Amino acid sequence: MNLPETLRYTPTHEWVRLEADGTVTVGITDFAQNSLGELVFIELPKPGRQVQAGKECAVVESVKAASDVYAPLSGEVVASNQALVDEPGQVNKDPYGNWLIRIKPAATPDLAALLDADAYRKGLA
Amino acid sequence: MRQTPLNAEHRAAGARLIEFAGWEMPLHYGSQIEEHHAVRRDAGVFDTSHMLALDLQGEAAKDFLGSVLANDIAKLKTPGKALYSCLLAEDGGILDDLIVYFLGGARYRLVVNAATAKQDFDWMEGRLPAGVRLIAREGLAMLAVQGPQARAKLFTALPEYRAAAAKLAPFSGAETGEALIARTGYTGEDGFELLLPADQAPDAWRRLLAADVRPCGLGARDTLRLEAGMNLYGQDMETSVTPLECGLAWTVDLNSSREFVGKHALHSRPRRFIQLGLVLEERGGVLRAHQAIRCEHGEGIITSGSFSPTMQTSIALARLPVSAAPGGRVRVGVRDKWLAARIVKPPFVRNGRILVEKETP
Repeated sequence: MNLPETLRYTPTHEWVRLEADGTVTVGITDFAQNSLGELVFIELPKPGRQVQAGKECAVVESVKAASDVYAPLSGEVVASNQALVDEPGQVNKDPYGNWLIRIKPAATPDLAALLDADAYRKGLA
Repeated sequence: MRQTPLNAEHRAAGARLIEFAGWEMPLHYGSQIEEHHAVRRDAGVFDTSHMLALDLQGEAAKDFLGSVLANDIAKLKTPGKALYSCLLAEDGGILDDLIVYFLGGARYRLVVNAATAKQDFDWMEGRLPAGVRLIAREGLAMLAVQGPQARAKLFTALPEYRAAAAKLAPFSGAETGEALIARTGYTGEDGFELLLPADQAPDAWRRLLAADVRPCGLGARDTLRLEAGMNLYGQDMETSVTPLECGLAWTVDLNSSREFVGKHALHSRPRRFIQLGLVLEERGGVLRAHQAIRCEHGEGIITSGSFSPTMQTSIALARLPVSAAPGGRVRVGVRDKWLAARIVKPPFVRNGRILVEKETP
């Protein structure tokens, strides 16, 4: 299981990275893509949309099932990776290289409130 | 969970194993979509040993099958011929769908679904006339080798079956030694199904893989059969549904004088809906079983839906109002949206070719 130490994680299988400009980048974990199987559809929020921590902000569907993606924190969507809409399978190939959205947090992001790689791994056991 | 004789082979090939009808079966071996393409473009092999072969033997076997199968067993005039049929309840509902092979003499072999095998056996045993034997062939394994290159690769990998298989017309089979090889399948491609003693199955499997036949799991099996417009028991058909309501009127013999279980009900019972295909016409999700349908004629429901790897769009089999027809439009409830889809007549794909208009004609 690929779990980069530099990222933070949610119990709902999103990964989160704090960028230098204060935004956060969000994707789904290797565990998530592996459980879902090959993705065939991705729906992402448009920039400008407000998302709420713990609420669904995107949808990923595999051949097998549909799954919501939950916002790890509240804020405004500043970018979404629309290239994935045409090639959802890229997420399976490289779940950490293919981010879904960038959020400008409403407050100073408290990444400590998210799981580190060890804690996330323990939650999967 | 029960394991097929190929369980160790699945693990060796890197299978993701899941529970299916009480059996531990491969879902895929890494990429369900690549496995799907392999069968459409080249050759793939499926372990279908979870399905059960039931042998019927005896002078009255033919008459017995004539009385319980909705399709007409008398169509099987020469040894080796196969027939697809439903097994119906008295009320016309579908107990199972199966393939029956005429093995010659007074011998027939039925291949039934894993989930319904026990109840099929009990149901038939309870109606068995004197002089007919019903034997569950638990000791047989079953492989399906499918795809445009299935024939060539099977002959290379398993030359001992070549003589028996080379002359087979579609939908017929031949016994060779303890095995039965038949030109049948569940993918919409040419290929063979091989029933053989369980202890011979791992070696046959390994030789097929060595000949570059790709191992394929239940995931690809489902998208292949959906594209081919073939029903899945428990999903597109069940005890509450008649063959006339799920696109299987062609398998029911209603015009002859032959009496069979469920025939009267099929004549009298009103047809509540019909089965047709859907092609999703806009982005917004994937069609899936149980999604609601709205159209000008009324409401419906999807019974099987998925992403079609061949068409690169979502397709489905659906129950629609009886007045619905190919070319019509529907809306399908996908999460919080009503997405546009077009009604088509299945199959969607056969022999590597897309048979329905992918875009609006």
